Amino acid sequence: MDRERSSIIEISPVTRIEGHAKVTIHLNNDGSVREARFHVTDFRGFEKFCEGRPFYEMPSIMSRICGICPVSHLLASAKACDDILSVDIPETAILLRRLMHMGQIIQSHALSFFFLSLPDFLLGMDFDPHKRNIFYLIENHPEVMKQGIKIRAFGQKIIEYLSGKRIHSSEWIVPGGVRSPLSKDKAEKIMSEYNDILTMTLENISKFKRIMKDLSCEIESFGDFPTYYMGLVTPHGELEHYDGLLRIVDEKGQIVVNKADPKRYYEYIGEAVENWSYMKFPYYKPLGYPRGVYRVGPLARLNIVSKCGTPLADKELEEFREWGENHVVQNTLLYHYARLIEMLFCIEKVKEILDNPETYSDNIQAMASVNKHIGVGVVEAPRGTLIHHYKVNRRGLVEQANLIIATEHNNLAFNIAITQAAKRYINGGAASRDLLNRIEAVIRAFDPCLSCATHAWKPINLIVEIYDSKGNIIQRLTK
Amino acid sequence: MSGTGVVKLKIDGVEVTANEGETILSAAKRAGIKIPALCYLDGLSSYGGCRLCIVEVKGSPRLFPACTTPVSNGMEVTTDSPKLRKYRKMTIELLLSEKPHICAICIANGNCELQDLAREFGVDHLRVEREWKSQKIDLSHSFLVLDNNRCILCTRCLRVCDEIEGVHALDIKMRGKDSQIIIDIDDDWGSSISCTSCRKCARVCPVGAIYVRDEPISRTKNKDIAQFILLRRRR
Repeated sequence: MDRERSSIIEISPVTRIEGHAKVTIHLNNDGSVREARFHVTDFRGFEKFCEGRPFYEMPSIMSRICGICPVSHLLASAKACDDILSVDIPETAILLRRLMHMGQIIQSHALSFFFLSLPDFLLGMDFDPHKRNIFYLIENHPEVMKQGIKIRAFGQKIIEYLSGKRIHSSEWIVPGGVRSPLSKDKAEKIMSEYNDILTMTLENISKFKRIMKDLSCEIESFGDFPTYYMGLVTPHGELEHYDGLLRIVDEKGQIVVNKADPKRYYEYIGEAVENWSYMKFPYYKPLGYPRGVYRVGPLARLNIVSKCGTPLADKELEEFREWGENHVVQNTLLYHYARLIEMLFCIEKVKEILDNPETYSDNIQAMASVNKHIGVGVVEAPRGTLIHHYKVNRRGLVEQANLIIATEHNNLAFNIAITQAAKRYINGGAASRDLLNRIEAVIRAFDPCLSCATHAWKPINLIVEIYDSKGNIIQRLTK
Repeated sequence: MSGTGVVKLKIDGVEVTANEGETILSAAKRAGIKIPALCYLDGLSSYGGCRLCIVEVKGSPRLFPACTTPVSNGMEVTTDSPKLRKYRKMTIELLLSEKPHICAICIANGNCELQDLAREFGVDHLRVEREWKSQKIDLSHSFLVLDNNRCILCTRCLRVCDEIEGVHALDIKMRGKDSQIIIDIDDDWGSSISCTSCRKCARVCPVGAIYVRDEPISRTKNKDIAQFILLRRRR
């Protein structure tokens, strides 16, 4: 062990994120911060135990990775299966899958913003940690929380109207298309809530913009650093979540990879492994590891597109870009703003899809059997680019699976962001309780979904322990 | 034995008249008394393999499978008691522990007789260690799939193939818990020369071990369709 690295501060587990992780902060002898690391502490093994299963079971197996965005996994998996079948799925199936994904993004973004992060913004970073949670908010800010719950429910109801189930809809999305068409009455039910939801979302965006003005100090120290950004765009360079082409821009906003086939992701992305985390470290190949840091997710998507493609979201995007230079916004805290803009975009898209007569056709599934032995499916999940890559044998049994979960792409960036926050708030080896929440808030801004790494539940207690060079605890902080 | 070929017995205290040679299960069914069963299916011969239809008969300390035990005059049968429920629950747990039954990702989820019974008997966890042995899935047929990982060895499939379709394309290899359903002499299903691809095996399979690819599972496992085929065939 490196004796020079005299102290380690551990934050375990990190609270109000989806899944389980811990943070360690490594100090130099003089007590200054050397580096901070984000560890994912559980191992799931989905890539391994799906081996030997029929490929068409993959959507239902893979969607069980996560109860928060099962639809994104379902879609990435189903698209990889479409690739194995080598079929172009019917237009209606694409529209319906897309509609379901809009519902997924709305509900996931609402969960991240209202349920997990809003306590930090409405109550303040230094508020009593016992009360800094959603229940206290429901008691004291019921109107905002009601809106949050309604917006989230709107997304979930779309999923339910399409598939009959709110969470795991694996029987509805199948290789080659979807199982059943959408009826006009269900579409009307969705649209009956549309105007209210749109108004609520716009209200919350204005509210958050006011909050951001008070947070300028945090914004500067919360992961404000230059990286590359990656995501999918439409052929016209607009915001895209279900299909599209891969685009990577550098920290100055220059496009370095444009409209590439996402199925060839491995030409641009490499994966490194570190022995202290179960999460892999993807990096941008031309820059190498560990220099090739890039970010994905709402912030990245808004950084790479030329425009959103819906009127209200485009208007908001213009304002968003004022926070950055050359169209690139680097502040991690602005992930929240980007998330709200995307929520608005998705809500607008729901109407666009439901106004399209093609949505109601009953031509919804292409039938075929195994025509290719490799299948890759790429979607933009709420947290970023999600890649499913399968290899099957002649009969269609899975021989190998590789998944790159959205949260993984941000792994290198997590460490930079929390190191920056730790450097700002730790001096002389001593850590205050407020520090913990600020470091966690940086992680929350990324909205990491480590449920893709664990479903385990433990009582959430935040503990920070500071060790001296001999491993003795010199300071212990608990919430 | 009664010379008229008719016997009288009591099932759960109800006087029931049955034909000589008839099983307890059949007599109970006519009397409107439901006895749980997995391997038994109306229209097929009785096998007595799953042991879920066990009943108590007054005067005997042992339990009898209702699907293979013939009725007799003056018999007093109990079909539901704490003892029977205890054994049925244990049997379901043992069936579940034998193979990697994971409902969440099983094609038959929501259309599975084993799952229904587990729910009925309150099996919310297993008290025995699972056998996590993985068996190869046969995907060689153009639309029928055999996944021995989910098979409970009820043999409905091979009985329907033999007795109704008249082909006997399916059979069992190995013994005990290593038993596996095979096609012909352990060939790939796709190269079977005897299978007529009639799908009846998939229709009668109570779990997700045999199913039709690209057909909604609720249709494949629709009990009314299976029953209709079996009963029409018997006429």
